[in-house]
Amino acid sequence: MPNIDTDVIMPKQFLKRIDREGLAEGVFHDVRRKDDGSLRDDFPLNQPRYKGASIIIGGRNFGCGSSREHAVWGMLQSGIRAVIAPSFAGIFFGNCEKNGLLAIAMDEERVEDLANRVSNAVDPKLSIDILQCEIQVPDGEAISFDIEPVRRQILLEGRDHIEVTLSKAAKIKDFETSHARAFAYLVRRG
Amino acid sequence: MVRPKTLYEKIVETHTVDRIDEKTVLLYVDFHVMNEYTSPQAFAGLREADRPVWHPEGHLAVVDHVNPTRAITSLDDMTDRDARLQIENLGRNCDRHGIELFDLFDARQGIEHVVVPEYGYALPGMVIACGDSHTTTYGALGALGFGIGTSEIEHVLATQTLVYHVLKPMRVRFAGDLPEGVTGKDMVMAFIARAGVAGAVGYAVEFEGPAISALGVEARMTICNMAVEGGARAAMIAPDDRVVEYLRGKQHVPKGTDWDAAVAHWKTLRSDRDADFAKEIIIDMAGIAPQVTWGTSPDQCVPVTGRVPDPQSLGEKSDREAALRALDYMGLEPGTSLTEVPVNHVFIGSCTNSRIADLRAAARVLQGRHVAPGIKAIAVPGSQAVKRQAEEEGLADVFRHAGFEWRGSGCSMCLAMNDDVIPAGERCASSTNRNFEGRQGRGARTHLMSPAMVAAAAVTGHITDVRDLMRETNLEKV
Repeated sequence: MPNIDTDVIMPKQFLKRIDREGLAEGVFHDVRRKDDGSLRDDFPLNQPRYKGASIIIGGRNFGCGSSREHAVWGMLQSGIRAVIAPSFAGIFFGNCEKNGLLAIAMDEERVEDLANRVSNAVDPKLSIDILQCEIQVPDGEAISFDIEPVRRQILLEGRDHIEVTLSKAAKIKDFETSHARAFAYLVRRG
Repeated sequence: MVRPKTLYEKIVETHTVDRIDEKTVLLYVDFHVMNEYTSPQAFAGLREADRPVWHPEGHLAVVDHVNPTRAITSLDDMTDRDARLQIENLGRNCDRHGIELFDLFDARQGIEHVVVPEYGYALPGMVIACGDSHTTTYGALGALGFGIGTSEIEHVLATQTLVYHVLKPMRVRFAGDLPEGVTGKDMVMAFIARAGVAGAVGYAVEFEGPAISALGVEARMTICNMAVEGGARAAMIAPDDRVVEYLRGKQHVPKGTDWDAAVAHWKTLRSDRDADFAKEIIIDMAGIAPQVTWGTSPDQCVPVTGRVPDPQSLGEKSDREAALRALDYMGLEPGTSLTEVPVNHVFIGSCTNSRIADLRAAARVLQGRHVAPGIKAIAVPGSQAVKRQAEEEGLADVFRHAGFEWRGSGCSMCLAMNDDVIPAGERCASSTNRNFEGRQGRGARTHLMSPAMVAAAAVTGHITDVRDLMRETNLEKV
């Protein structure tokens, strides 16, 4: 399914908190339920064979729509550590980066192939090696994926992104000084 | 010889604090806007790390997403305790850090992307970030506006910068003149239908063409606002004299000689003649009619003169599956004329279409008419200022006499975080930007269109070509 949007991943009723708690419940909350509130048998995350899933295989433009980072927090809280899809929407991709949720973009055919192998496998397990940049599939084969070195480093090191930027505080101050000179009208308005 | 640059590249260049790698820069954020539902965790993070706000004057907070639009006199009247807490929490956070706030009872309150331009906070050439995807709205003023997540909000609060992945420039040219009865909303919907919801992913879009130049600034805001639904994380239009006149005299624009200097600079904010765009689309205005969505994605959209498509006729397997699912959710049969689709609710509002120009357009259709029996209609002006102006112009009376509820301002039924919710299975003609499953309420069925088209649907009780409706009136008048 292409274009899985963040309203579907994390419906609005879960956006009302001032903390990040309790979001696991919200993940695909409405689409995985029938009108009477009971869980649908045909929704993958409701099926016993996918219980405890930590990897999601999605369609193109995964995470489109609203900027709500709650979608990523909820996915992490429900145990999801990675999403594999042909492509990701921009804001969602950035939110994944900021939270250590691995977002792997791969050609649509390869994603479909992977999805088929998982569906057909008796034991649907994948393993992702971020050092080797490989996905181990059920039948033992390893599929390689691309990830930008900078992103990979951020994931592995888990550094505080704000701390990294604040180490450049002097540069920011210098910029502000020259920016104010170049665009004085911007700085002086009330 | 300096390489020709696009407007987008010029703004990124003048705001680059540091180059991080070949695709990433540390980008300075001139202005940052916050609301009550994406900022709480950012402020909490700041507090936990014991960090101050880098530049308190560089931010504005607004209450807009969770507040009721029915009149209340105090927060005690709010029944939604969580929403109330979010509003109070935003007040505390802004107070603690000395950040300007338009809270619920402020005369300047409204939808963030409506009030920011209203008070002259958004200027051409600025970089503006906000924890909301429709921040692309400010592109209509020639600013680089884009949505960010909560972690990035915290980063902006702490550093006034963002770690920013530079986009590739894309040009969308509207060729030809604006046909009668076609609005900015229809233009952006036609763009999304053509490009697809991922058509502009990874790109900064620049809109141009005679039809764009002919539009008022508020219509341009509609286009830049909704461009994010085509995947664009930046959407801009080069500022021209109309933009200058729009900004003149607004509260926070530069004054005196600063104004002259600003206007002189803004005239340079355009793509160089020979600038390279990585992708280009040309949309012929001649073929464009008022647009309506039939499905659960903004690109599942046809002219109002068209029909619900047959999923089997779609090329890609995944598009066929998505269309089948959408038709099932929306309760529509392939081949149905859009004008045969009845509605139960109509909503005029949202950051896409709730400004004074939008209300005027809807009022022109509603003048002397009444909503059809059984239709529930609400109009939510984009801000308290828009509401006051609409009342002064007599538009509020037109809405009320036509049978609309005339409400206070906020995001309201666009995403139904407050009590303005569409019940399951019911259909809403909506001047908003997203028709996703469950957006306006679990099981709610949304049809996106322009405000004038919403008004037409209100009057007839079904999706209607507003041009036909207005033609009938003119005949009757004669």
